[in-house]
Amino acid sequence: MKRIFLPKGDVTDLVVGEWVLLNGTIYTARDQAHKRMVEEGIPLALEGQAIYYAGPCPAKPGQVSGPIGPTTSMRMDAFTPFLLKNGLKVMLGKGDRSPAVREAIKEYQAVYLVIVGGAGALIADKVKKLAVIAYDDLRSEAIHCLEIEDLPALVAIDSKGRSIFQK
Amino acid sequence: MREIKKEAIIETVKKLFLEANISLPTDIQKALDAAYQSEDNPNAQEMLSLIIENYKLAVEKQVPICQDTGMAVVFVEWGSEVCLIGTSLEEAINEGVRQAYTEGYFRKSVVSDPLRRKNTGDNTPAVIHTKIVAGDKVKITVAPKGFGSENMGALKMFNPTVPVNEIEDFIVSVVSKASANPCPPIVVGVGIGGTMEKAALLAKEALLRDIAKEHPDPFWAEKEKAFLQAINLTGVGAQGVGGRITALACHIEVYPTHIAGLPVAVNLNCHASRHQEAYL
Repeated sequence: MKRIFLPKGDVTDLVVGEWVLLNGTIYTARDQAHKRMVEEGIPLALEGQAIYYAGPCPAKPGQVSGPIGPTTSMRMDAFTPFLLKNGLKVMLGKGDRSPAVREAIKEYQAVYLVIVGGAGALIADKVKKLAVIAYDDLRSEAIHCLEIEDLPALVAIDSKGRSIFQK
Repeated sequence: MREIKKEAIIETVKKLFLEANISLPTDIQKALDAAYQSEDNPNAQEMLSLIIENYKLAVEKQVPICQDTGMAVVFVEWGSEVCLIGTSLEEAINEGVRQAYTEGYFRKSVVSDPLRRKNTGDNTPAVIHTKIVAGDKVKITVAPKGFGSENMGALKMFNPTVPVNEIEDFIVSVVSKASANPCPPIVVGVGIGGTMEKAALLAKEALLRDIAKEHPDPFWAEKEKAFLQAINLTGVGAQGVGGRITALACHIEVYPTHIAGLPVAVNLNCHASRHQEAYL
């Protein structure tokens, strides 16, 4: 599998159906964080960044992260074109996206990858650093900054708007 | 009257949730291993191999299989000759949930109000289903329920004269529409009959059955087989990337119903189909 380094790595030439190993910095955001970003403004420099739809379990003593698998991406669809317009480049989650998101991914030359759902323990193992950077009051749903190493991901919608879910 | 102290309930509920969230039942492990063997779509195979690696790693590291440690669903069969000492059953169960989710470093995923959405901080309250049965035993079954799969359930009130293929089409369409969201390969629980709420409860109970066990009534066992086959023809596959194995099993539970109706509920479980039980 090809290694991709975020946020610098070029993702526009990734092809739907391709497996990659993700490395570098990504941010988590789920439902409530998305709602806030749209309503109150984005609390980070989003240009070229990656958002992972996830909320971890608390880490046990001695561990970096608790289990941290993807949640259903579709619930973020209504907020996604706004974030893409503001520079978001990579999205990581689980399941299909709306036609509007697919179009926006094409328009802004972004990419959507799926991470294996329900494999939280395995994914936590790939997290080397974790820190809350915004919306602390949302607990697990806060925005976390993660440093990841060799996280397996499958390209589900590429920058040409081609989707693995379209049969 | 046999007496059971509140501590016994608290300890049992706690132990069951700690175990359920970390160790996948062996029947599900076997079904996942078999799914990996029979799958021929390479992307789905890769997904299944990661899923299998994950459930092993969870036990090795003693961490939850999935970060969505769920809403705590608890089924209790309470013998009518048993008296609970020290608190209410609801209080005791919630205390067990509180201790498990805190001490287990599980995610607290429950909000106190569906619209105002403030996290309760300890994953309580549980959703509790109690049945009073004969005898002096208590059976407790816990089923932490993640909402990736719970969100994809559906219920339909059919006409009593509906041909069975329309029921099959409904179940298949629920699975098809759910696609990758409930984390396939899934377990499909179907409740048929009763009233609206009874059908929903039956669908949930269907998810608790050992995955390799078919319905004791051959008529319904045959329907389970037929529905599962139709579900796996959708080609949703593991994590929605395509393939032969969309569901590991389809279990049906039934109940008598009204002359005018035929309620059908579908409740989906992700591949981390978690449940544990104990007798007191």
